[in-house]
Amino acid sequence: MTMSTLAINLAGVRKAFGGKIVVDELSFSVARGECFGLLGPNGAGKSTITRMILGMVSPDEGEITVLGQPVPTRARLARVRIGVVPQFDNLELNFTVRENLLVFGRYFNKSAREIEALTPSLLEFARLESKAEVRVAELSGGMKRRLTLARALINDPHLLIMDEPTTGLDPHARHLIWERLRVLLARGKTILMTTHFMEEAERLCSRLCVLEQGRKIAEGKPQELIDAHIGCDVVEIYGGNPRDLCAQVGPYVRHMEVSGETLFCYSSDPEQVRAQLRGRAGLRLLQRPPNLEDVFLRVTGRELEN
Amino acid sequence: MSEGYSPVMPANAYNWAAVWHRNFLAWRKVAVASVLGNLADPMTNLFGLGFGLGIIVGRVDGTPYIAFLAAGMVATSAMTAATFETLYAVFARMDTQRTWDAILSTQLTLGDIVLGELVWAASKAVLAGTAIWTVAAILGYAEWPSIVYSVPAIALTGVVFASLAMIVISLAPSYDYFVFYQTLVMTPMVFLCGAVFPLDQLPSTLQHVASVLPLAHSVELIRPAMLGRPAGSIALHVSALCVYAVLPFFLSTAIFRRRLMR
Ligand SMILES: Nc1ncnc2c1ncn2[C@@H]1O[C@H](COP(=O)(O)OP(=O)(O)O)[C@@H](O)[C@H]1O
Ligand SMILES: [Mg+2]
Repeated sequence: MTMSTLAINLAGVRKAFGGKIVVDELSFSVARGECFGLLGPNGAGKSTITRMILGMVSPDEGEITVLGQPVPTRARLARVRIGVVPQFDNLELNFTVRENLLVFGRYFNKSAREIEALTPSLLEFARLESKAEVRVAELSGGMKRRLTLARALINDPHLLIMDEPTTGLDPHARHLIWERLRVLLARGKTILMTTHFMEEAERLCSRLCVLEQGRKIAEGKPQELIDAHIGCDVVEIYGGNPRDLCAQVGPYVRHMEVSGETLFCYSSDPEQVRAQLRGRAGLRLLQRPPNLEDVFLRVTGRELEN
Repeated sequence: MSEGYSPVMPANAYNWAAVWHRNFLAWRKVAVASVLGNLADPMTNLFGLGFGLGIIVGRVDGTPYIAFLAAGMVATSAMTAATFETLYAVFARMDTQRTWDAILSTQLTLGDIVLGELVWAASKAVLAGTAIWTVAAILGYAEWPSIVYSVPAIALTGVVFASLAMIVISLAPSYDYFVFYQTLVMTPMVFLCGAVFPLDQLPSTLQHVASVLPLAHSVELIRPAMLGRPAGSIALHVSALCVYAVLPFFLSTAIFRRRLMR
């Protein structure tokens, strides 16, 4: 990939807070037009990475280039073409929906007239047409998130940076956001999103980077990661002593992971596993295709918490 | 587009106006209460001290005490309005409300934000100071044409005290620390700077201390204007106030950078 087709490039980026390394030797690049995910549990360094990309936190080492601009030195010029959805909403709670867009548009040197002209299409995009004159403090969590998304589009950005865009939302609100993000991708926007929610990453991201404690532990397309690290069905077994079960099904599986009271068996012959356990009382078995959660468990030995 | 050498300094001459506008929009929703809040205290002081003490004091420097006091109250109200706006409202936007965090993700820089907040706090100082000035003028304690000199002096006073308070909030972990600034810096300043009694009443060492304090320079600019007297050393007072406005701006921006963008 040449530089001009890259929206974001990180090379050897390190960041420590008071001696604690939060981002370690991280390199990745995001091509224009793709949806790239940073997947990792709380504390993995996702927010710190997004803030470094925006020039709001300075890396200790390494190079960052965003939309052709070196960051943080010329981050402001990159931010002219970036829309941001931060992890925690920072809308103006005492302003109406319309006033929020007005105030934010001004931060991009737009005139009140220009912003008024853009407002109806942004409200329609965010499905907030009927809420234009409502104070933000009165909106639901999902509506606030959609307003934050509309606000991020006010400067017609090439690149959207979204830090956990659906965390804390109910399933309906979450699906609505996902659907809106797909519309943006179809319009050719580039998205960098962070999530600790593997279903979100699997549904939206063309490529992703799995992080643990600031280090990259896997990178690729979701399906390729799943095929490479797992590549077979999963049988989850609850309700027994995982240690005993290990001994019983061990010979019939490629590998196993114990997490809490659940035993995850990765097997190309799940029928054999089920047959071994037939007749044992109190066990519950769930057979399913592998997902990114399994990849995370496989490469870290831990579950991704939700 | 050429870019300054520092990513935190103001990016251009107009970005700050977006921050001012945001504050103006928020203020418009609570304007009446805000104006009353800013005026009640200096008005009470002006009439309470002016008429009450005025009876005992009689004339000061050849004018009725209340006329002498009026200029002090104009300068003090500008100081108080700018300081309180910065300590409480700006701190909230910088810290708890995350307003600055939202703005930092746009094409504004930290310097643009600090500058916008300074100009906003100075605007509130102009409003408060000019209101007291007007009351004084109606009562005959200020010469109407001198408003041309008084308002710029009030505005400069506002920028100075907003800028100084900006250092306080850049360092303070929470609201609890502001009371020290109020009681240890602002209140003594009112008494040391010739706002309520003439400086020559002070022991000479304190007079030297007072001569470098910013409020003293404000009073020295505003009082002669209001009383229609020739002012001395205007260039000195304006320069001193400019130093008090500019240095804290750079210092507080540098501290905010370490606090918010490390
Ligand atoms: N400003 C800061 N000062 C000190 N530590 C920080 C700061 N920001 C983040 N951290 C620490 O860095 C680690 C990564 O945080 P963060 O980037 O927020 O992770 P994530 O977004 O993946 O949950 C955490 O341990 C957090 O406590
Ligand atoms: Mg985070």
